[in-house]
Order: sequence, then C-alpha cells, then structure tokens
Amino acid sequence: MRITCPICGERDRREFYYQGAAVALDRPAPDAGPQAWDDYVHLRDNPAGRTCDLWFHEMGCGAWIVVERDTVTHEVYSTELAEKAAR
Amino acid sequence: MVKLVAKAPCEGLLPFSYGTVSLSEVTYDSLTSVAPFVGKSKAVADVFKAAGTPMPAVGRATGKDGQRAIWFGRGQVLLAGLTIEGLEGLAAATDQSDAWAVVRLEGENADAILARLIPLDLDKGVFKRGHTARTQVQHMMASITRTGVQTFEIIVMRSMARTLVHELEVVMKAVAARH
Repeated sequence: MRITCPICGERDRREFYYQGAAVALDRPAPDAGPQAWDDYVHLRDNPAGRTCDLWFHEMGCGAWIVVERDTVTHEVYSTELAEKAAR
Repeated sequence: MVKLVAKAPCEGLLPFSYGTVSLSEVTYDSLTSVAPFVGKSKAVADVFKAAGTPMPAVGRATGKDGQRAIWFGRGQVLLAGLTIEGLEGLAAATDQSDAWAVVRLEGENADAILARLIPLDLDKGVFKRGHTARTQVQHMMASITRTGVQTFEIIVMRSMARTLVHELEVVMKAVAARH
C-alpha cells in the first residue's frame, strides 16, 4: 500500500503510523452532553467501503494526514494535511 | 576541574570501506533545528538569504560541504555546521548538536547499498544532488541527502549510531560481494 503525503509525495506505507478514524478533527463542543462525548471518545463505525483515517508520517516529515480510502478495495482516494482539513 | 572531551557518536566504529564504497563519520561543529513560527516562513527565508544560505524548499538542501541547511520535516530546517543570527521572534531554534549521528556513504554503488535499506527511489535521475528526504533506514527514522553523484549523508538519532553502522556494514559487504 502506498500513501501520498501532501508534503513528501508518494511513500511506502511503512513510513506511516495509523491512528484511526478521523473523528479527532470533529470534536464536540464542551457542553454537547454526555451522549455526544461518549460517541466521540468510544464509538466508531466500521465501514466496508469509504472511510477517513488519520495517519501520521512518523518516519517522514512528521505531518498528520487525513487519508480517504476504501477498506474493501484498498484504493486511496485522497490525502490531505490534517491542519488543513481541520479548518 | 575535569576537562570534558567531546566524543563523536560513531567514534571507534568508523571509517571503513568495502569494495568501491566507504563509510565515514561527518562531524559538524553544531546542529540546530529551525522551526519558523506560524506566518513567519517568509521572514525566516529572508534572514537565511541575507546570511548567504537560501532557505531550503521541501525535500532540498542548500549550502556546501561542512555548512548545510537541510529540510528536516514539516516546518523544520536543520542547520548543520552553520549559524544564522537574527531568528529571534521568527523561529524556534534548538541546539541539537549532540542529538544526531551523521555519516557519509561514498563511492560507486552507494545507491545500490541504500536501495536495500530505504523504501524510496534514490535513482540519480529522481533523487538528485541537493535533494533530501526524511525516510527510514531499516527501522530507524533518518534524514538522507544526496551531496554528490555517489555520495550520501545520512542522519539518524545518536542513540542509533551503532545500529546504523552495523546495518550499513552488512549491506556494504553483501553488495561488494556481488560486484
């Protein structure tokens, strides 16, 4: 599997650390209530198909990257710096 | 008073050579990371330019032997053997002189040796002189810069100096045996 780092270009998957679903970029408001926070902290979808993950270019430039990919076909649709996706 | 003697990270390990390729240690007087503050990249680039060493773009290194500015990751440049004044308020400059081990791999087939250790296309048509990358050497995070046609400078964390030398030596022997 190859992932295109928006900074470094296409790199081997080994250079990246997988963090999980990109929910950290969509943090609930402090007063959103226990249900929203329970969802945010503990509950994850497990889609067969398109999913957005956070990957860390650990062995490379150190950027956090949002990767949109397909869990069935392993196709990578797009990658974007997390700092941009969060805006 | 006790007089402290600086010990190089690869002291007692290098240099050596196998076949056409040699491995030696590079000792820079200082290593300083420069991380521009948000919105200050342009101002930092101006300071670099005024100091005579252009700020390296992503994946590039500027300067000359013994005095380099190396792109070192997202929003970070490593000054090797180089001091640039006037960065106060523009960037976080951190002394890292004792934190990294720097080695030079030189000679015909140097790229063939690295091809066995690094998951990156280092062909001279793609990874040219003055190009640099943050990548991995086996399991070690590293910075690698092509400083000549068959010359590379490799930087790893100082704690991994012995491992780096070992990994390179094994592969240097193997490649020398095949040529």
